[in-house]
Parts: sequence; structure tokens; C-alpha cells
Amino acid sequence: MIVLEELVARYNYLITIFLMVSGLYIVIAHGNMIKKLVGLALFQTSVYLLYIAPGKIIGGTAPIVDPAYSVYSNPLPHVLILTAIVVGVATLALGLALVVRIHEAYGTIEEDEIFSKDGEI
Amino acid sequence: MSSLEAHLPILQVLVPLVGALLTSFFRRGVFAWALALLACWACFVIAVWLLWTVMASGQPIAYVMGPWSVPQGIEYRVDVLNAFVLVLVTGVGAVVMPFAKRSVALEVDEHRQAWFYTMYLLCLAGLLGITVSGDAFNIFVFLEISSLSTYVLIALGRHRRGVLASYQYLIVGTMGATFYVIGVGLLYLVTGSLNLADIASRLGEAPVEFLRPIHAALAFLIVGICLKLALFPLHVWLPNAYAYAPSAATAFLAGTATKVAVYLLIRIFFSVFGFSISFEALPVADVLMVLSVAAMFLASLSAVFENHGKRMLAYSSVAQIGYITLGISLANQAGLTGSIVHLFNHAITKAGLFLALGAVFYRIGSLRISDFAGLGRKMPLTMATFVVGGLSLIGVPGTAGFISKWYLALGALERGYWPLLFLIVISSVIAIVYVGRVVEAAYFRETSSRAAEAREQPLSMLVPTLVLAAATIYFGIDTRASVDVAATAARMLLGGPQ
Repeated sequence: MIVLEELVARYNYLITIFLMVSGLYIVIAHGNMIKKLVGLALFQTSVYLLYIAPGKIIGGTAPIVDPAYSVYSNPLPHVLILTAIVVGVATLALGLALVVRIHEAYGTIEEDEIFSKDGEI
Repeated sequence: MSSLEAHLPILQVLVPLVGALLTSFFRRGVFAWALALLACWACFVIAVWLLWTVMASGQPIAYVMGPWSVPQGIEYRVDVLNAFVLVLVTGVGAVVMPFAKRSVALEVDEHRQAWFYTMYLLCLAGLLGITVSGDAFNIFVFLEISSLSTYVLIALGRHRRGVLASYQYLIVGTMGATFYVIGVGLLYLVTGSLNLADIASRLGEAPVEFLRPIHAALAFLIVGICLKLALFPLHVWLPNAYAYAPSAATAFLAGTATKVAVYLLIRIFFSVFGFSISFEALPVADVLMVLSVAAMFLASLSAVFENHGKRMLAYSSVAQIGYITLGISLANQAGLTGSIVHLFNHAITKAGLFLALGAVFYRIGSLRISDFAGLGRKMPLTMATFVVGGLSLIGVPGTAGFISKWYLALGALERGYWPLLFLIVISSVIAIVYVGRVVEAAYFRETSSRAAEAREQPLSMLVPTLVLAAATIYFGIDTRASVDVAATAARMLLGGPQ
């Protein structure tokens, strides 16, 4: 029972780790370049959760100074992750653009087919 | 002038960033090139000025953004180590730029040439930002700025494999950057700070039960950064990325991108975690040493069997990075000095070599080593610079490569690891083989059909190549500028008096 309680108390980390590992697995296991990018996006998204979840303090309010409240949630993780989201979007956009160019050049986006067309690179 | 001097750290990043924005308005490559040239040399002047100021005062320069005080605000902090790296990065960037004009005109489609310079400056801004910033998350943002622009630079080449290499680098590079962010996130959870110096002081007083997340953070940071610096066996993205990027981009990236990642690794090890956490709690030094030696041998052997000139040099880069990380794993004064000096020496050597190959490609349109036959007679100055660079890769006395290997050997002896000494020498012998293959083809074989029409490269490309070759020899003889600064930086990192 204690183990279960520990797990429930830290469920946000469990979800983070699950997303992280499944994203990484998709990147490694799949040969389809779009699916790889989806996995990569999943992997990056899991990090958002890693940052944001601990920023919430139970009983804390939005960090606007008011004499009625004394406990505030930490706003910094949100700001950091906004930046990380922008970076993630840019990476995904560039990755998809590259896949379009690869499709134009090779006529396929499956890695093994591309390697068979170009020899081992 | 003094008001300008106070803002040098931020100008170091702003000049290429604004330059990138301005070049993106041009459609003609020549105008964009002129502006980029100006921005690169301005950066170089700023970097030299910074290094001069830091060396003269002996104190790091701290620059705080806006009205936010440290540790809440973002701080730019310039000490001897990163001022030295700034000079290196901007120096390579500035020297490659004159070369880029003709090379890019040949290798990049006309409507994309202006974008090449935009991406070049953006990449420079990112790399300088990583180096100058004292804020862990800020470093991540600059890391991604430099990475994203690097992917575009690689994809700009005409060969369709360039796009594929760029995609593969994007996957690996993003994974590396995300690992870095996970590491920073764990550190932030433990310490509540993102300022590198502040994290370092808070880690020192962290309670024992926090040691596990701290070790996990260290592991994530090491793996993430080692992906970016192409430590064996995380180097698979590098040979193709270097081989199919436009020549000017390859020379620039080979001299700067991996070196900045090495700088970041040194910073994380010695300035943030400190010697005791980095090297005593986890077997980091042993793992790093084994991988470094593996890189020195296996990557060198790959270079020996490679028939494409640029891929050969790319594998050689992986091997040379092995020497740099070997010095880090020794973690003593001589070893770390050797590491930082090799970072500098290898950057100028390899940038010069890639420029020489870029010139060869400009004239004969091929980089197969068999097509190099007879080039020693057709392009004597170009191949002479290649020989100088090759000698420096081997580590022949009188070239820059010798100096750094000397200090690495001293560091190994100081630790009592005398077998390392033999490994350094034997792996250098392998370098003789792969450099020798090109030299043999260029000087001792009948002129190939492709080389028959070749002439010496144009002056605007020849001068940068010669400058880097001359620097390779100069820093092999007069080591005051390189070794003294590196030794000062190593003393500072190991906690001694400056």
C-alpha cells in the first residue's frame, strides 16, 4: 500500500517518464520520417510537464501580490516552457520542411527505402 | 569608448543577431555577404577586446540584463575561458567569410545565397550566446538557435544527401538539446536557480538526499552535450553533416560548433558541478577516458578507409575531439591546459583543412581522393596548406597539434597513466596514414583527368586558407597567446589562483 501511495503522490512524474520514454522509443524504432518527428515532439512535450508540474504549489494562487494570500505558485517554469514550446514548434516546422524536401528528392520518406536508393550513407 | 566597453558582452551576441535580421532583407547574395563580412569582423574585434580586458584585469566581467539583479535576471559572464573561446569562434567565423563569397556562389542555388549568410550569422550568434551566457536556460535557447541554423546550412548544399544529413542531425541534435533541458530542469528543481554560478554555490550546500537528482542531472547534461560535441559513439550524425554541407559552412562548423559544445561540457564539469561531484561520485572520468581513446582509434581507422575527402576529415574531427575529451577526463592542470589548447589548435587546423578541400572542390568539382592525383603540381599553395594542416593533425613538432598533444601527454604522466602516452602516439601514427593518402595522391601520382584543368584557387579564397595554415604554424612555435591563456583558464577551473 505504501508503494501505491508513493506512486499516486508522484503520478505527474510517472506520466512525464512514460511520455519521455515512449517518445524516445518512437524516434529510435520507426523508419517513417514523419513518425520519427511525432516521437520527437512527444519527447520534447514530456519535458514541458517535467518543468511545469513542480511549479504548482498546493494551496498557492497566481503570483499576484495581494495581502489576502501568502502562498503563490512559481511562475518561472511557465515562462521557461513558453520559450521551449517556441523552440519545439520551430524544430518541428523545420523537420517537416526537410521531410518535404526529402520526399521531393527521393520520392519516399521511409528510411530503409532511401538508404537502398542511395547506398549506405 | 568606455560606455561601449561596458556593453561588450551583449554586443557580442547582438551584432550577429541584428546582422542576420538585416541580411534576410537582401535578395542578392553579394550584399548579404558584404554585411555578414562586416558583422563577423566586428564580432572578432569585440571578442579580442573582451579577452584583452579580462586578461588585463584578471577579473571576470559580469553583465546583467535590464533591472533584474543576479540570480533572478539573466547574467552574461565573461572569464578567461569563454573569452578565449569567443576569440576562437569569431576568429574562425571572420576568416572563413572572405572565402565564402566565391565558394557559396558555386555551391548554393542563386536565390538561396542570401539565406546562407543569414543562417551563418544566426549560427554565429547562437554559438557566441552559448559561450557568453551565464544562465543555464538561456544557453539552451542559444543552443537551439545555433542548431536550427546549422540544420539549414547543411541542407543548403546541392547534393540531395545534404537534406537527408540535415534531417538526421535534426533528430539527434534535438534529442541532445532536450537531454540538456531535462538536466537543467532537474538542477532547477533541486536548487531553484538557473544562474550557473548560483547553481554551483547552492549545489555545494545541497542536502544528501538531493544527491540522486543531482547525479541524474549530471548524467542527462553529459549525454546531451556529448551528442552535440560528437563524442564517440554519439558521432554518427557528424560525417554526413560535414560532408554534404557547403564547403564554407563545413569549415565554419568544424572550427566552431563542436568546440563550443566542448566548452559547455568543461563549464558544466568544473564551474557548475565542481570537481568532487563531477569526478568522484560517478565514474565520469573513466567512462570519458575510455570513449576518448575509442574515438582516437576507431574514428581514425574510419578515416583511413574513407574515400571522400570531407568525410575523411570529418572522421578525423571525431578522433581529435577524443583528444580534447581525454584532457578533460584527466582533470589536472596539464591535461586541462592541453584540452583547451587543443580546442583552439584543432579548430584552426581543421578549418584550414576544410577550406583547402573547399578550394579543391571549387576547381575540380570532386572530393574523391583518387581525383586529387597531381593536384600538388596544379594547386601548389592549396596543397601546401593541406600538408601543413595534415602535419598538425599528426602532431609534428613545429605545428599547433604538437603543442596540445605535448600537454595531454604531460597530463597523462602526471596522473601516472603512462599507457595513455603510447596510445596518444600510436593513434597519431594512424593520422599519418590518412593524411598520407591524400598527400601521396596529390604529389606522387599521374595527374588525374579532373585535375588536369585545375588552377590555383582565386585570391579571395587563397588568403583565408593561407592565414589559417600560417596560424597553425605560428601557434606551434610561439605559444604565448594560446598556452598561457589556456593555462590561466585551467588554473581558474581547477580552483587555484588565477
